[in-house]
Amino acid sequence: MDNTPYAIEMLHITKRFPGIIANDNVTIQLRRGEIHALLGENGAGKSTLMSVLFGLYQPEEGVIKKDGKEVKINNPNDANDLGIGMVHQHFKLVECFSVLDNIILGVEPTGAMGVLQKEQARQKVMALSEKYGLSVNPDALIEDISVGMQQRTEILKMLYRDNEILIFDEPTAVLTPQEIEELLHIMKNLAAEGKSILFISHKLNEIMSVADRCSILRKGKYIGTVDIAKTDKAELSRMMVGRDVEFVVQKKPPQPKDVVLDVKDMTVASKVHKNNAVKNVSFKVRAGEIVCIAGIDGNGQTELVYGISGLEPLVSGSLSLCGQDITKAPIRKRSTMGMSHIPEDRHKHGLVLDYTLEDNIVLQRYFEPEFTKSGFLRRKNIRTYAERLIEQYDVRSGQGPITIARSMSGGNQQKAIIAREIDKDPKLLIAVQPTRGLDVGAIEYIHSQIVAQRDAGKGVLLVSLELDEVMNLSDRILVMYEGELVGEFDPKTTTVEELGLYMAGGKRKEVHG
Amino acid sequence: MKQENKSFGRKLLENDGFQTLLASILCILGGLLVGFIVLLLIEPSGAVSSMGAVIKNFFHYPQALWFKYFGQTLVRTVPLLMCALSVLFAYKVGMFNIGAAGQYVAGACATLYFALGLKMPWIVCILAGMAAGALLGAISGALKTYCNVNVVISGIMLNWIGLYATNTILATVKNPTSPYTLPVASVNPGAVIPSLGLDKLFNEKTVTLAVPLAIIVAVLIWVVLNKTMFGYELKATGNNFNAARYAGMKENRNIILTMVIAGALAGLGAALFYLTGIEDWETTMSAVPGMGFNGIAVAFLGGLDPLGSILAAYFIQHITSGGGGVDLSYYSSQISSLISSLIIFLCAFVGFFKMFILKRIRLSDEKKAEAAKSAKGGAGK
Repeated sequence: MDNTPYAIEMLHITKRFPGIIANDNVTIQLRRGEIHALLGENGAGKSTLMSVLFGLYQPEEGVIKKDGKEVKINNPNDANDLGIGMVHQHFKLVECFSVLDNIILGVEPTGAMGVLQKEQARQKVMALSEKYGLSVNPDALIEDISVGMQQRTEILKMLYRDNEILIFDEPTAVLTPQEIEELLHIMKNLAAEGKSILFISHKLNEIMSVADRCSILRKGKYIGTVDIAKTDKAELSRMMVGRDVEFVVQKKPPQPKDVVLDVKDMTVASKVHKNNAVKNVSFKVRAGEIVCIAGIDGNGQTELVYGISGLEPLVSGSLSLCGQDITKAPIRKRSTMGMSHIPEDRHKHGLVLDYTLEDNIVLQRYFEPEFTKSGFLRRKNIRTYAERLIEQYDVRSGQGPITIARSMSGGNQQKAIIAREIDKDPKLLIAVQPTRGLDVGAIEYIHSQIVAQRDAGKGVLLVSLELDEVMNLSDRILVMYEGELVGEFDPKTTTVEELGLYMAGGKRKEVHG
Repeated sequence: MKQENKSFGRKLLENDGFQTLLASILCILGGLLVGFIVLLLIEPSGAVSSMGAVIKNFFHYPQALWFKYFGQTLVRTVPLLMCALSVLFAYKVGMFNIGAAGQYVAGACATLYFALGLKMPWIVCILAGMAAGALLGAISGALKTYCNVNVVISGIMLNWIGLYATNTILATVKNPTSPYTLPVASVNPGAVIPSLGLDKLFNEKTVTLAVPLAIIVAVLIWVVLNKTMFGYELKATGNNFNAARYAGMKENRNIILTMVIAGALAGLGAALFYLTGIEDWETTMSAVPGMGFNGIAVAFLGGLDPLGSILAAYFIQHITSGGGGVDLSYYSSQISSLISSLIIFLCAFVGFFKMFILKRIRLSDEKKAEAAKSAKGGAGK
């Protein structure tokens, strides 16, 4: 079996769906002990390819080889038997089970009469955890631990099953910068121990820092495989998008005008613990500027936005929008007064997934006379409006306005939300993690839209965990730590390191907002 | 892949509505088959004629009586359809209204009390029935929004509370010598729903305005769900509560309102049934009438579509009534209920059969692709 250096090979895979060729003659060869990145925009066919590898889809053409021998993978169990394991972007963990229980789920070691024998499982897990530097508390419940530790649990799940081929599906999308650093380190360790890793990502920095080789897909087609040592970000992004990509957002100096949003001593309760998630926060957003709230995930940013948008009531403090008090205004009132909100979680808040694209596009405006006349929806107007936005904001989908939102790629779902919120012509645009999980092409587009909104004289409140985005986009940076604003910075005069120090709670200064 | 060369039959097969219809028919056939097998097991000699009676329903009788029995079947279809609408309306907003049974009972209670006790005209009695059903629905809805109590739990509780409260209240207007309430037609003729000549058409006095009214209500529910802003909001709330909230909809109000409407529909069903005088309420009843539960089966058999439910409700009532024609010299008297409940049970499998159909389509596709590939390969050599 050792006459081939490849652990797994997918040769000339073609997978068609009605109306679309998801994979068109794609070839990926994963060497033993390498980290092989799979790069592509949303909808490029990465997920389909992995589903083929996992036996969820059968390709129309092409073969899969393991150690040089052709194999047939009919279902995920076959993939598991071949030693292929995957960490999904959305974790597949049982929330109310412990870490250990999740790891052994499905392969529980049992003794006589089916009695669980957890002790030996625990030893194996602890040994693995030590060997690869995957620190977890085996007895903690999943619902109580951080996203990073949940991910380490997923990795341990694969290792516990002695998987040799590890697939990471956009593993950094949900992590903080520190956790990303740690994960990349773990991946290098795993590769050094002889595991073969397929790393699905569209974050070029991470691919550059961790991968050995990179295969690129674009619109279902295989573009090529390159050695990371012999390439750079610009080349990778060109191969992925098919054109040159701007990494630095081009923008003119800001021209702040009147105050759009005035937050005074705002306090918001936490849903998780007894303390307040947001404590006495005051700041202002002016028309024509982008104010960015930076911070590590879970420091009150979510609740801050809930408070401003009206999803959660304030414990104390006041809010005003364009000079009018909105402290107690209902959500609809805030929206019609000129507040647009690109939510953090597009599946939870942003979309009704089982509604069509057009019904989602009018989600904030369906009640306006243009779309509703004496209680009846004006379907024709909705269709026309949706078609315009789809065209203008380049939202791609299988069946246009009548596509079910659930079936769209994440990037296009996000584009639909952004189209909806921007086209409302707001006075204040709140954008929370607007580029989370998106590829460079989409990120570039969304960033340019946000800057365009600023230049059109709108106030923009951006909440982001990505420091690159914070530095690139904002005119003013406010750092949030444990529910308080601990520093205000000008992106031109500060550094990522300085921000990091404040984000981690190492330093603080008075903020006037 | 171009698709324009698809045959009409193929397009039809891929249509969601058609698949539902096909699945419903498969369910019905499955139910009839299982029922037939049960009859065969008990007593083979009477199976064919009894099954025939179930399927034929009123055709089983002499021709002169066809219309009369057809009319009776229609009268009994009305409450079933209303309960099905109640279930599906709540289902579209993400709630499983098992409480339709109790709302139906509450509707019967208010309707009959207003008719017999207060001697009100029929229209007032109908409104009272709807209000009572709506009240029970509102309780479930309020418990859901304010205390996060699942509507299934509160619904089941309220079914029993409703039943015994009804028995107690209606005992005040019952016939002193029997457990049944007094006949509406003789105590308060003004409470009987007018028939506008329908009774003459069917030669059956219980056929009233209730029948066309029920169809109108079904169409109305279809319009509300599919064409109005209100329906858009309700379905959004049901599909994604958080997104509805984010979009500024009054999500709590929507939940309660949905249950109020669902309850009113079930209550209306009871009113449209008991105000025809076809049956009186039995005040010693110790189980909730099956109407609300059968409504669940009808709603699913009808593909969760108000218009589909019209057909489904009629079918279920058709075989239930037909069950009365089972030959009792071979079988015990409960057999007709057994047969119809078997069929109703199989009707819950619409989703399953739909999946089955989809799978068959996929398999045949793959086979064709395989065949095309090998043909291509052969030609190439």
